[in-house]
Amino acid sequence: MNTSAIITMVLTQVIVICFTVYFFFKVMNTPNKDEGDFPPGP
Amino acid sequence: MSTKSESWGSRVGLILAMAGNAVGLGNFLRFPVQAVQNGGGAFIIPYLVCFLLMGIPLLLIEWSMGRFGGRSGNHSTPYILDTMAKGRLWKYIGVFGIFTNIAVAAYYCYIESWTMSYVFHSIFGTFDGKSQGEVASFFNDYVDVGISTTGIPYEAVIFYVICLALNTWILSRGLAGVEKVAKIGMPLLILFGAFLAVKGLTLGTAGATPEHPTASAWDGLNFLWTPQFDSLSNPKVWLAAAGQIFFTLSVGMGTIHCYAAYVRSNDDIALNGVSAGFMNEFVEVVLGSLVVIPIAAGYLGIAWVQENASFGMAFQTMPYLFQQWGSVLAVLAGVFWFGLLFFAGITSSLAMGTPWMGFMRDEFKWDNRKGALSFGLIVLVLGLPTVFFYNYGVFDEYDYWAGTVSLVVFALLETIVFAWIFGATRGWEEINMGADIKLPGILKYIIKWVTPLLLLFVFVGSVITPKGNEWAMQFASLGSGNGWELDNSSLIKQLANASIKDEIASVQNPATLPALQQEAEALRNSIETSTDPKAVARFQVQYEKKLGRIKQVSDPGYLEILNKKLFYIPLARMLLLSLFVALSFLVYRAYNIRVKEGRNTP
Repeated sequence: MNTSAIITMVLTQVIVICFTVYFFFKVMNTPNKDEGDFPPGP
Repeated sequence: MSTKSESWGSRVGLILAMAGNAVGLGNFLRFPVQAVQNGGGAFIIPYLVCFLLMGIPLLLIEWSMGRFGGRSGNHSTPYILDTMAKGRLWKYIGVFGIFTNIAVAAYYCYIESWTMSYVFHSIFGTFDGKSQGEVASFFNDYVDVGISTTGIPYEAVIFYVICLALNTWILSRGLAGVEKVAKIGMPLLILFGAFLAVKGLTLGTAGATPEHPTASAWDGLNFLWTPQFDSLSNPKVWLAAAGQIFFTLSVGMGTIHCYAAYVRSNDDIALNGVSAGFMNEFVEVVLGSLVVIPIAAGYLGIAWVQENASFGMAFQTMPYLFQQWGSVLAVLAGVFWFGLLFFAGITSSLAMGTPWMGFMRDEFKWDNRKGALSFGLIVLVLGLPTVFFYNYGVFDEYDYWAGTVSLVVFALLETIVFAWIFGATRGWEEINMGADIKLPGILKYIIKWVTPLLLLFVFVGSVITPKGNEWAMQFASLGSGNGWELDNSSLIKQLANASIKDEIASVQNPATLPALQQEAEALRNSIETSTDPKAVARFQVQYEKKLGRIKQVSDPGYLEILNKKLFYIPLARMLLLSLFVALSFLVYRAYNIRVKEGRNTP
């Protein structure tokens, strides 16, 4: 592979993986809310 | 879809179901092809920009519209839009959110059934010892339902019915069934995809043969990832990137609204939406880019990929390539590849059933069993023409109008409702209610201004696509008073069946065949005289393609197929239109019931 292709591929994939893992772990580690904390809506 | 109190069993289940809804066959087949056709590595720049400016905002809009609707007992788009916009017309615009799902499911379940059948054939060694041409012919015979590939009569129809029955059965079990499939299917999909991606990444030049001496997986990766920055100034590339983001996230369909309608009223949607969106990007950008293109280039050479990269590669080429890995790995790779496509498919097709079921539950008190069964029957009636008349353009017609145009139209209209009628400020508050992450405030303005403009750009771009997708040339032509020449892929020309009519004219033109033969001869000479092995490989692929075209044009049956297309395509459009009208009538009936019962409606 040429250098520019390697850099583009690695950079893109690392960014996507980091964001995916970060958001997924945040979902896993955020406690559930209790019902009734918010208005029921219209 | 079920009782008012029904909701998702767990947050992870919801995110996996949402991600499963978005992850589809396009992640592995459409994305890499779009990238190689639009500037390789540079494509990723407009792609990610569109993800941030159009993908994320649309996800947030649809999640919040869904949760908003769910609070007042609406689980499908007609009455979600009706509640948000307070106008008599909007509920009929919301019909798109049910129509698209039924129409897409009709042909999508057919593709899903291919993957199911190919898992079966991979296990039973159907492709053992078959040449590349024989594997491709197997697929062509398979979709030509009259020809039996394995002695099972009407095999394609049988697998289609089995696939639809499986979808119906899972849907009849309600959200719990959908969630369970997502929890099993998504991890397996990632596992299978990771295995194949590692093979794609490590294949290198090991697949080169005397027949394809220049074959190299590195060439495939170079081709896919080398940035060609000059392509960034081409509107065609931006349109392709916006289109890809659009289709990959399953926005504009009504499924996200429906899933989000079962979220509890105080639950987060901001973090959930972003997380599901990024999970889809992971499957597409990380796994999708490392399978088809590098493996195909590794065995057949980059010239072959450049000429033949298409959706059909999954079924016409991949089984042959897996045979090169030895008998055990070939079975494993076949099961993994078609298994991952099956899971990608079923998690999406299940999502397509939920808006109909939600609507019938909300308005006509149908339970899950009745809702799922009716969905299965409607899809069967609408889908059988795609199975029996696949070669006559019915399948492609459904895909174009329901799977492409409707999505853009509905996404544009729902964004207008959300940002301009419901109001950007109210909408922003709705998105942030109960949010577990702090979203940047600029997103509010992006939702109000940038996203609708981008969607308008995509829509107008598809209506007036310039000839050859050459925007600069057509703008220059317009400026010099020579008008704007439309491409056959533009919506206007599609409506007029221009590409089929042009093809008929070309086949009937007596000068076409001699011209093709002359071109083939020139390519043969180039093969004989060229000394560069890569150039020889390229000429060889082009020569074979030209021979295929000559065979096609010389076949009298081809002209017959083209003429039949002119009959079946309008028929397909009539079927789609009938479905839309029937659904609109149901919405009208529901409106009358609501008025009689004094339920909230303008």
